[in-house]
Amino acid sequence: MSTELFGVIATYAITLVLAIPLGRYIARVYKAEKHWSDFLLPLERGIYKLAGVDPNSEMDWKQHLRALLTINALWFVYGFFMLLGQGGLPLNPDGNAGMTPDLAFNTIISFVVNCNLQHYSGESGLTYLTQIAVIMFLQFVSAATGMAALAAVFKALAARSATGLGNFWMYFTRSITRILLPISLVTAFILVLQGTPMTFDGRSTVTTLEGTEQQITQGPTAAMVAIKQLGTNGGGFFGVNSAHPLENPTYLTNMVEVISILLIPIALVFALGFYLQKKKLAWTIFGVMTMGFVLFAAGSILAESHGNPAIAALGIDQPMGSMEGKEVRFGSEASAYWGIATTATSNGSVNAMHDSMTPLSGALQMLDMMINAFYGGVGVGFLNYFVFLIIAVFIAGLMVGRTPEFLGKKVEAREMKIATLIALLHPFLILVATAIASYTITHHGDAAWSVVPANWLNNPGAHGFSEMLYENTSAAANNGSGFEGLGDNNFFWNFVTGLVLILGRFLPIIGPMAIAGMLAAKKAIPEGDGTLRADTATFGGLTFTLIFILAALSFFPALALGPLAEYFDMAQ
Amino acid sequence: MSSTSLFQRDQFREALIQSFMKLAPRTMLRNPVMFTVEIGTAIMLLVTLYSAFSGDDSQGSFGYNAVVFLILFITLLFANFAEAIAEARGKAQAASLRKLREDTPAKLKLADGSLKTIRSSELRKGDAFYCEAGDTIPTDGEIIQGLASIDESAITGESAPVIREAGGDRSSVTGGTRVLSDRITVQVTSEPGTSFLDRMIALVEGASRQKTPNEIALTILLAGFTLVFLIVCVTLKPFADQANTVITIASFISLFVCLIPTTIGGLLSAIGIAGMDRALRANVITKSGRAVETAGDVDVLLLDKTGTITIGNRKATAFFPAPGVARERFISASALGSLADETPEGKSIVELAGADAVKGLSIAGAELITFTAETRSSGVDLPDGRRIRKGAQDAMRKLAERSGHQMPMEVDEVVKRISSNGGTPLVVTENEQVIGCIELQDIIKPGISERFERLRKMGVKTVMVTGDNPLTAKFIAEKAGVDDYIAEATPEDKMAYIKKEQQSGRLVAMMGDGTNDAPALAQADVGVAMNSGTAAAKEAGNMVDLDNDPTKLIEVVEIGKQLLMTRGTLTTFSIANDVAKYFAIVPALFMVSIPALGALNIMNLQSAESAILSAVIFNAIIIPMLIPLALKGVTYRPIGASAILRRNLLIYGLGGVIVPFIGIKLIDMLITPFF
Repeated sequence: MSTELFGVIATYAITLVLAIPLGRYIARVYKAEKHWSDFLLPLERGIYKLAGVDPNSEMDWKQHLRALLTINALWFVYGFFMLLGQGGLPLNPDGNAGMTPDLAFNTIISFVVNCNLQHYSGESGLTYLTQIAVIMFLQFVSAATGMAALAAVFKALAARSATGLGNFWMYFTRSITRILLPISLVTAFILVLQGTPMTFDGRSTVTTLEGTEQQITQGPTAAMVAIKQLGTNGGGFFGVNSAHPLENPTYLTNMVEVISILLIPIALVFALGFYLQKKKLAWTIFGVMTMGFVLFAAGSILAESHGNPAIAALGIDQPMGSMEGKEVRFGSEASAYWGIATTATSNGSVNAMHDSMTPLSGALQMLDMMINAFYGGVGVGFLNYFVFLIIAVFIAGLMVGRTPEFLGKKVEAREMKIATLIALLHPFLILVATAIASYTITHHGDAAWSVVPANWLNNPGAHGFSEMLYENTSAAANNGSGFEGLGDNNFFWNFVTGLVLILGRFLPIIGPMAIAGMLAAKKAIPEGDGTLRADTATFGGLTFTLIFILAALSFFPALALGPLAEYFDMAQ
Repeated sequence: MSSTSLFQRDQFREALIQSFMKLAPRTMLRNPVMFTVEIGTAIMLLVTLYSAFSGDDSQGSFGYNAVVFLILFITLLFANFAEAIAEARGKAQAASLRKLREDTPAKLKLADGSLKTIRSSELRKGDAFYCEAGDTIPTDGEIIQGLASIDESAITGESAPVIREAGGDRSSVTGGTRVLSDRITVQVTSEPGTSFLDRMIALVEGASRQKTPNEIALTILLAGFTLVFLIVCVTLKPFADQANTVITIASFISLFVCLIPTTIGGLLSAIGIAGMDRALRANVITKSGRAVETAGDVDVLLLDKTGTITIGNRKATAFFPAPGVARERFISASALGSLADETPEGKSIVELAGADAVKGLSIAGAELITFTAETRSSGVDLPDGRRIRKGAQDAMRKLAERSGHQMPMEVDEVVKRISSNGGTPLVVTENEQVIGCIELQDIIKPGISERFERLRKMGVKTVMVTGDNPLTAKFIAEKAGVDDYIAEATPEDKMAYIKKEQQSGRLVAMMGDGTNDAPALAQADVGVAMNSGTAAAKEAGNMVDLDNDPTKLIEVVEIGKQLLMTRGTLTTFSIANDVAKYFAIVPALFMVSIPALGALNIMNLQSAESAILSAVIFNAIIIPMLIPLALKGVTYRPIGASAILRRNLLIYGLGGVIVPFIGIKLIDMLITPFF
């Protein structure tokens, strides 16, 4: 086994070893069982008191959603004006300007929805104040929002027949104080040790070996990088994200960061098992997700380590694999692994340029986001999976000759309506948004906009199409990474992706939560020999196939015109 | 009663005509999947006409468009035919039952008691009519006066006549059956056209057929799939424009029709109708499709002991005289006490006593004491002053003790032993003195415990309901292999048991016939009333069993499961088909303008046009090929849910992926010569 591959496997193994106990811990945190971390209780009580909420009042699913949406709306307004006015606010040593309204609109949505699509570069687009009080703040709370929603769904699935699903504010606060903050502290500390800056000083000026002067941007980076990975946020402090030597200085930090990317999404699957005391179910779900993840990672690693056939055709040897757009300190395989990890989890941070990867990797990364349920974002990953699970339960339930039921609750027309709509939403957003962009380029390529549509794409043909498809997929999946060839900082893209972001975030939270809430209120049916079990390999296989046919194959024609056309073209 | 072959010539013709009638958009709208196919077909008609008259070949040649249009049109007809043939079969089944009662003369009883012969269709609810030996009963009703033996073979196929009499739990008569002896006056219980049979026929014909809850949920899912693929196809247009690829309207519509779940969409209503039809073939009339579906979900089955678990009635198997009583004397007293007893138990005692013992016994001039609920005993008062009684041991003990006699210890022990062996002890007294005990035994139906085992594997709990004492009940329950029993059951006990199970989330099915069963029948999720039962019982249940066969519940559960399974497996098959269809059509769309994508043509289909045609043809012919399966239903095997899932996934999931690859390739090879 090559050292590179060993590094990748070790990284995944460490992730898994950490995720299982973390899952057990998370289940206890949300169940509010006694735990040594209760020393944080006074702090949490202070927060509840300050906010004037009662952490013990039970909320039904509608109240949960109301609380969730209200607080998100407040953050939107707050952040929008901060970004507009940042030029005149303190902590701006480099004198960066305020954002244009459309960019501020896109940016604030992007961070509120945990996507972190960035149509700006951190070095020049933000100030230290907005980096911390807007960007980093939202990276914490948006992650906690998804986790709190999932905690309510856990409670709903555990309920025998109840409407109360716990308290949103309690789940939300504990997600930050007990999970996100402590782990962030640890990772940030490792990053600082490895050389990531954590300072409020402005740019430093250094003289390079060649004797020229260079301005090096720095700032409070380590803290932000920690939460950007842990909360599946992905928004970098610097423009090139974790490919930047100060955001991700060494192979060790690379490992720590990519572990952080997958850690909580995987841990939450196990948390489900611990919470419901259905470990086998958790392992089945984990198995389905892992099957997809490993398949994609293997495909991408293979593609990258074999190098670019177009370069090989020139007679150039590529012993390190395809290295275009990659960092030498990470290598092609760790970069490919990162690419799959970051798209699987709706993280979106990058340590290499996805635009430059071989077409097959591009296709797999897009598929990863199109499915958006192989681990998925913190909290929301399982919610997405839950929708597929409900559809799989329905079909499998019929196949065994019973009205379908999941965990003893009947899945009926109302639940199917919601599940179908949410499953439909993702292809709708991606395909329609891309279709509009395609139409605009083809038929109004010369529109007199600040950036003429014909100039949006850096690359002609299939690759250019991939850039657009990737951008919309990334927005709909709340991922945030980009195929950076696209000229995306203009009104069209800021607005379209902004809209896609909102819909792609909140509807997939509302839908599963509603389904879970409705199921919770139903009478539980005791399990018998005729009951379909959702924790078997057979059922897992069905779910996997269904996800593949429903989510992946819908994009087959689009992928054929993008990365697949490019791939077969290159292979010839 | 009717042919079991799937298609009969006249049904076929009727269905063929109906396939065209059902093309009316208003009818199609009920089925969103097929409705979109109809819209696509209409568009293809316009495209075909355009390419015929404009001479513009940009949308493909006239011939190609015309062929695509035709195939789509045939797809619609196939789907309609599936529904129509299911209806035709159901109708034929119901009509053969209905024919029995058409225009039979009826003797209407007028207020003054005189009779007037009218046509059966003129009878109204509440009317009373009169029937005597040889008459055909004109319509459903309840006997209000008299008793008759009736030949119900026309309905049940069972040739042995049955007794129906006023005022019991066997007071119902069905139109079309024939009175063999005696005379009865019957009150009409339903308006013409609203009897169970009429309702059933209406259900099958679709006039009042409503989608069942599962059918609605499935329709939503299928509509969702249809929408996804609509989005896929519509957005493909700008994508293709950007890639400078021309896709014809025919290709767009073909892609769309192939991807949407037309197979299950086309067969969905046929499956539902066939489910009710299968119930009818089992001689069970369902009041709604929903009831059949619910039957598949049943968790608990309440079964009456007598007739279901044991054969008919108990039989006397042994005599146990009390100490000091001669065996002969005891036997002759027992026989004397039973000679006039017409109950099967009484007859079996006489039988057991033997012809020798009975010869010479006479009960002339004796006073017969019939069984009542209070005394719980029966017997005779002989002219010579002897008073012989037989009955349940507690009743007889009271009788003896009241007159100052004791129940001998030995008899007590025998009673206990008989009970714990599953028998029923019958204590006999002479002049209030206990003279011995007769053992009655239940005979458990052969094969019944295998059926319970089958139910257990299906995940259904069986509960035996009996009036026996707990000891006897326990013994029979164990011997027959039921999971639970209700001993000394009263209608209230049954009701309480059903409610208890329902409270813990289970669905309960029961069978009943008497009026006092009506509340429980109504409370149960699936209540099957026997056709011989009272009108109240039939009204309360949601199914009626024409055969009066208590084991029918088991069949009903399986029919329900089959119905759901058939829907599930065909949905799976339909969705799994998409994989191959994508690989047939997507390369075909782009092969010309982006030659590299020819690599996706893994089936190596001849040309873009042949690939698309093959996919559409496959999509069309798979519907009629699956009609037999839709009508017969997927075979249910009680092997546990996980094993069924594995099996069905293998056949219909994996099969659904592979079959179209082979089918499309074959069709492509067949049609290649025409290009």
